[in-house]
Amino acid sequence: MITSRREAWIGRLLLILLMAVTLLPFLSLFVTALHPSKTYPAGLAWPDSPQWGNFLRAFEAANMGELLKSSVLIVLGVVPISILLSTMAGFAIGHLRVIGARVVFLLFVLGLTLPFEGIITPLYYQIRDMGLLNTRWAIILPLIGLFMPFGVFWMRAHFVNMPAELSESARMDGANVWQLFRRIHIPLAMPAISSLGILLFLWTWNQFLLAIVLVDDPAKRTMSGALGAFQGQWGTDIPLLCAGSLLILTPTLVIFLIFQRHFVKALLQGSLKG
Amino acid sequence: MARPFATQPAHRRPAATKLRGARGLAGWLFVIPALAFYAVFVLRPIALTFQYSMYEWNGIGPSTWVGVANYGKVFTDPDLFNSLINAFELIVFFSVIPVVLGLAIAATIRRIAASRLALVARTVLFLPQVIPLVAAGIAWSWLLASTGVINQLLRLVGLGGVTRAWLGDFATALPAVGMIGAWVLLGLCTLLLLAGMSKIDPALYEAARLDGAGAWREFASITVPSLRQEIAVCVTVTVTAALASFDIIYIATQGGPGNTTMVPGLQIFYLAFFERQVGTASALAVVLMVLVIACALPIQWFAKDANR
Repeated sequence: MITSRREAWIGRLLLILLMAVTLLPFLSLFVTALHPSKTYPAGLAWPDSPQWGNFLRAFEAANMGELLKSSVLIVLGVVPISILLSTMAGFAIGHLRVIGARVVFLLFVLGLTLPFEGIITPLYYQIRDMGLLNTRWAIILPLIGLFMPFGVFWMRAHFVNMPAELSESARMDGANVWQLFRRIHIPLAMPAISSLGILLFLWTWNQFLLAIVLVDDPAKRTMSGALGAFQGQWGTDIPLLCAGSLLILTPTLVIFLIFQRHFVKALLQGSLKG
Repeated sequence: MARPFATQPAHRRPAATKLRGARGLAGWLFVIPALAFYAVFVLRPIALTFQYSMYEWNGIGPSTWVGVANYGKVFTDPDLFNSLINAFELIVFFSVIPVVLGLAIAATIRRIAASRLALVARTVLFLPQVIPLVAAGIAWSWLLASTGVINQLLRLVGLGGVTRAWLGDFATALPAVGMIGAWVLLGLCTLLLLAGMSKIDPALYEAARLDGAGAWREFASITVPSLRQEIAVCVTVTVTAALASFDIIYIATQGGPGNTTMVPGLQIFYLAFFERQVGTASALAVVLMVLVIACALPIQWFAKDANR
């Protein structure tokens, strides 16, 4: 009993230490953001007069209103379509077991670990030839394609476990394949679909490489891509840069805190399946 | 439901016929949209990367066929080859530290995994996974700066002698960038391993205690073997993150000082879009894609074998 109580205390201590290390960068951003603009604050020090106005200035300097709108538009373009396409494909591969399902599935799986840098060069020329450079479509369309391996993999894992009898009895009642998918399988797949939605939202919102290569105008990028431009422009004004960074990571943080249970579950499952 | 059908073949046949219909054209209509996006925006660019890698091309003018010369350059040009070496060095920080430390931490906090503190910790430890890597890069560049918190802490514990601009120093830039990656991935690994540990039968630990096994024996002969699959997942995710790193390095060092933190991802970006060496960039891209698959596949097989 005594040993396990001591272990529990060591565990608590370790956990608190780990949380402190995790939170340190956020704390440092926050404290630094409150220092007078253009100063170089030394480490973690509370400023004499906190400059809350820095957040407002960063909001204006980063054009946050436009950025939010742009990121939301990109997410709305990517996530619903990706979910629909991967659910359909996952259903056909995992449940209907279409002819050649194994081969198609393998083709998708091969893309699971693909580094985006591997295809960014031809993607640039392709998007240019399609006349989409510097539009939000330049981020939306490739991202849908790039999310297909994970999406299909994820949804197939769900459909593979659905009993065949479920569909057989529905078909006996005269439902066609689309009705079967729409009325029976989509409602049953909602937990898997919402986890996938959370992951895709996160990966779209935080997408950086595609944004900086394919879109020059920061106001048409994702939040993350815009932050890169913001750093280039305001990199010498540390307090302002910190305030801007905090503002830019706030939306995901807020959404994470609201849906944290779902997020944690999705992220844990997501990496386990991936 | 299955058995009645099985004993009544006459009833089963119509369903089976319809099923066969859905396995053909009707079923494929469900796959084709996803496959089309994948083919146009992933498979085609992959094929083009292979094609570009055989040419010398500045991205604008005519291109000349050079065969595998670009690959020769990737492995002989010190700058290019060095970026590959750096990527492998980053594995130490992105994978080894988070997995080993994550295992140790998860094993220590296993007993209090259901407490309130642990629930709060779950949320906190996930924060690095949720925020953009770019933001992590900016926050850490400032922490690691010469007047940053890391140096402040070092002076506090009497190590003022080692303080420096960690990201600007030729000797420490790569480990410093690696530490940022370790910070991003440690929480995820810890929580994944902890979730795996909660599935281990407590009776195993009780039996070990009765046999007089200490904490270390318990860890080495029960915890680690039971977690093979979770460990394999952590290793795959983190090794891929190390080899394909881009965001953090682009923000924190841009490959400098010198080329000390240059990684393949960033090198491809510079070569293709600034130095106009599309062929060389593509050859490096092919090498990177092959390396990632060559590292990920064996780990997956290892995990699969453990399942059987």
